[in-house]
Amino acid sequence: MTDITKKSLAQIVKAIKGKEISSTEVTAAFIKNIEKSKKLNAFITTCSDEAMKNAKEFDKNQKLDSLLPGVPIAVKDLFCTKSIKTTAGSKMLENFIPTYESTITKNLWSEGAFLLGKLNCDEYAMGSSNETSFYGNVINPIADQTVPGGSSGGSASALVADLTPATIGTDTGGSIRQPASFTGTVGLKPTYGLCSRWGIVAFASSLDQAGPMTKTVEDCALMLEAMATFDKKDSTSIKKKKENYFKNLKDDIKGIKIGIPKEYRVDNMPKEIEILWENGKKILKDAGAKIVDISLNHTKYALPAYYIVAPAEASSNLARYDGIKYGHRSSKGSNLIEMYENTRSEGFGDEVKRRILIGTYVLSSGYYDAYYLKAQKVRKLIKEDFDESFKNVDAILTPSTPSSAFKIGEKKDDPISMYLNDIFTVPANLAGIPAISIPSGKDKKDFPLGLQLIGKPLDEQKLLNIALAIEKRSGFKQSLKRWWEN
Amino acid sequence: MSKKNSEYLIKGDKDKWEVVIGLEVHAQVISNSKLFSGSSTKFGANPNTQVSLVDSAFPGMLPVINKYCVEQAVKTGLGLNAKINLHSVFDRKNYFYADLPQGYQISQYKNPIVGEGKVVLDLPNGSKTIGIERLHLEQDAGKSIHDIDPNNTYVDLNRSGIALMEIVSKPDLRSLDEVNAYVKKLRSIMRYLETCDGNMQEGSLRADVNVSVRKLGEKKLGTRCEIKNVNSIKFMQMAIDYEAKRQVGLLEDGKSIDQETRLFDTKKNETRSMRSKEDAHDYRYFPDPDLLPLKIDQKLIDDIKKKLPELPDQKKDRFIKEYALTPYEANVLVSEKEISDYYEEVAKFSDKKLAATWIMGDLFALLNNKDLSIAESPVSAKNLGKLIKSIKSGEISGRIAKEVFEYMTQSGEDPKKIIESKGLKQQSDPKELEKIIKEILKKNQKNVEKYKSGKEKIFGFFVGEVMKISKGKANPQLVNEILKKLLKG
Repeated sequence: MTDITKKSLAQIVKAIKGKEISSTEVTAAFIKNIEKSKKLNAFITTCSDEAMKNAKEFDKNQKLDSLLPGVPIAVKDLFCTKSIKTTAGSKMLENFIPTYESTITKNLWSEGAFLLGKLNCDEYAMGSSNETSFYGNVINPIADQTVPGGSSGGSASALVADLTPATIGTDTGGSIRQPASFTGTVGLKPTYGLCSRWGIVAFASSLDQAGPMTKTVEDCALMLEAMATFDKKDSTSIKKKKENYFKNLKDDIKGIKIGIPKEYRVDNMPKEIEILWENGKKILKDAGAKIVDISLNHTKYALPAYYIVAPAEASSNLARYDGIKYGHRSSKGSNLIEMYENTRSEGFGDEVKRRILIGTYVLSSGYYDAYYLKAQKVRKLIKEDFDESFKNVDAILTPSTPSSAFKIGEKKDDPISMYLNDIFTVPANLAGIPAISIPSGKDKKDFPLGLQLIGKPLDEQKLLNIALAIEKRSGFKQSLKRWWEN
Repeated sequence: MSKKNSEYLIKGDKDKWEVVIGLEVHAQVISNSKLFSGSSTKFGANPNTQVSLVDSAFPGMLPVINKYCVEQAVKTGLGLNAKINLHSVFDRKNYFYADLPQGYQISQYKNPIVGEGKVVLDLPNGSKTIGIERLHLEQDAGKSIHDIDPNNTYVDLNRSGIALMEIVSKPDLRSLDEVNAYVKKLRSIMRYLETCDGNMQEGSLRADVNVSVRKLGEKKLGTRCEIKNVNSIKFMQMAIDYEAKRQVGLLEDGKSIDQETRLFDTKKNETRSMRSKEDAHDYRYFPDPDLLPLKIDQKLIDDIKKKLPELPDQKKDRFIKEYALTPYEANVLVSEKEISDYYEEVAKFSDKKLAATWIMGDLFALLNNKDLSIAESPVSAKNLGKLIKSIKSGEISGRIAKEVFEYMTQSGEDPKKIIESKGLKQQSDPKELEKIIKEILKKNQKNVEKYKSGKEKIFGFFVGEVMKISKGKANPQLVNEILKKLLKG
């Protein structure tokens, strides 16, 4: 058999189910790649021994009637994994070993998969380039010294470098879709409440949503099917029947109406993004869809509103990292307050501190109404814009990001320009609706570019179907030379 | 209402001052598990043995509302004649403390589960209505223990996450007696409803006390101080008294009151400043994004309403109507559900009025003496009922009954048995009595003469003689009748 690690998840599952290959062989192949790819710094923790043990266990006692039989999967280090260190990319949790398993990873394991390792990410998922991780930058396999995007940067890098057959990330403002776009992979942020947040280190509770990151749309459907369950431990989890996204996937989109929002045509948008978008429209038209111009009036307020709501929630969510119960505790300080100050000064990085400060500020008395409350109003208006549009269209097509992957360090000292990366992705988080990024073209540097499809709440199936139509017709091809391997 | 009820004024050097008091009572909800986790709420367990991952705020843990606690809050709201809000919101109250694992307390800020209500107080000279501002649900914090080690503080999270109801009164209280009556009434209502056990020693009921003073007749409220976390009625009264006098002292000296949070030092009997308004925490309240707004069905409220037990006020009215008790008697008897149950059990077998007299007299004296609750009474309601029945039927006299009661407190025995075995049955045979009385009159001819010559006071002497001979068992009414008849003749 040819290199199994280059295959899609669905192909690997098929091969294991057809007994063409064992889980042990698959796992060993990925571990070999991981060992040769240290330069990418995609992993914070590898679980090679445990993974091999699990693979052998699986092969001894093959249970094939599941979605992910014998598949090793590495996950973003924001998912708590029982007995395996979970850092959230922070020094604060450098030695934190959960006694519990997040619902999402538990769902994967109950479908036959097992853990291959924990993937690097921006600290507490706060970042768009993976440069805020305490565990160092992650390299995008498309080019040296290039960021993979963030915050699920390690996930995207590992996926495109064939270090894991599929992975999962979390998306608070674009943290799945932007790295997917930067690496030429598929990334889906599901409807808020479709995937349980239980056991995921929280960034901004009302925006956080776990989702699949895969090489193909078909894989994406397969992963989502495994992940999405109602969870009574998460009060915001949606109670609904389980769907067969994988089985029901089809690229017949005849008659489907696609909205093109004029507000996403931002100033100084690179020509290549413009062309990508036009090309996307053409592809969908050719596939039988109807293109409709729409307006999402409040789009320009989405980014500022996001950078109020997300830090506000984060400032409160991160209050628990106080050195008392677990995680880093400073040895300095002669009283409780000093211990807090030193612990949090030492344990958190600059970007996390910046957002805690912003969040604390916007919630403070005297500022609450002007910032937090106003941002919540904007959020409502943005949701209403989408609701209104979805009366006329089935999905909305936009670029995923305003640019392709940039150089490490290029935007590190300019938070505003870094935040602008999320301009196309945050509206879906604010509205709680699903959105997917599909690799659809390349720029003149030969860097991948992604198109984003935004859908109605719980309309993931349709979104996947349209994505499949784009994937089949875009002609996008990954052409990586494994330059990073030692 | 009579003005006398609230006659609690601070006499300064210059003026008379009225004290305005409002209470924020924190009542622990009776529930087997915590407000947002499944951990047990049992009191007195070993430190940190009733703590879930949610209670200790591990990464990725999420709160899930305990429906039973919501029902308990609704029930309490109905008991306080309050509006139940179909839509309420849980907010985060953000502050750092070692025994607050999340770094915030989940509470209700702008939209509480229960709105305005009222509580009626029965005071010696009439009743007074105290307004309830709101009732909201919130999590309790853990406990910091400072006295185990000189250099370290220990944290026990068993209490962390237990459900509390914060019941906020309007500033309607004017005296220490009213505060006493108010807390007791709240406690009584919640105990009737079984929503809070009201156990102040275990901290199930504690209060923040808001105190301000104003010159008698003044309409505007003065600047208030809040005294935090006072855990007995006595301490509340001591704290208010100290604080009101302190404020009057300052104002009469021409100084002003700083709005601040104060602590009551129970050892020194004084309040001390904890933090000023400027240093007040900015709690940065905002809706908890981990929890959806709490929606309550009208049907749930109706169902709870239907199952609501008889509350003290209703029971009091019934006691007055059904048993012809005085409002004072009824009030005392309904103050604790256990007492009212005991009373009704006694009254079932015997005279309603006499039952009240006995319980409030001899039984309470006994319980007080021995420091027992009514549940621990050595005299069962059934036996007390039998005793009263015996009095009413004339089997024993009231005086003998006291003797029998004394035996009952020691042995817990059936009064019938005691009367039988000790031979205490009343002598009620008129013929027997006439015989004894004739004998006495014969022996005391001189006194008979005196009586007949108009010295009627001497009647008591004859009664005493009869009792002496009958060892107190003679039926006093019969003795009177026979004596009068024979002395006439």
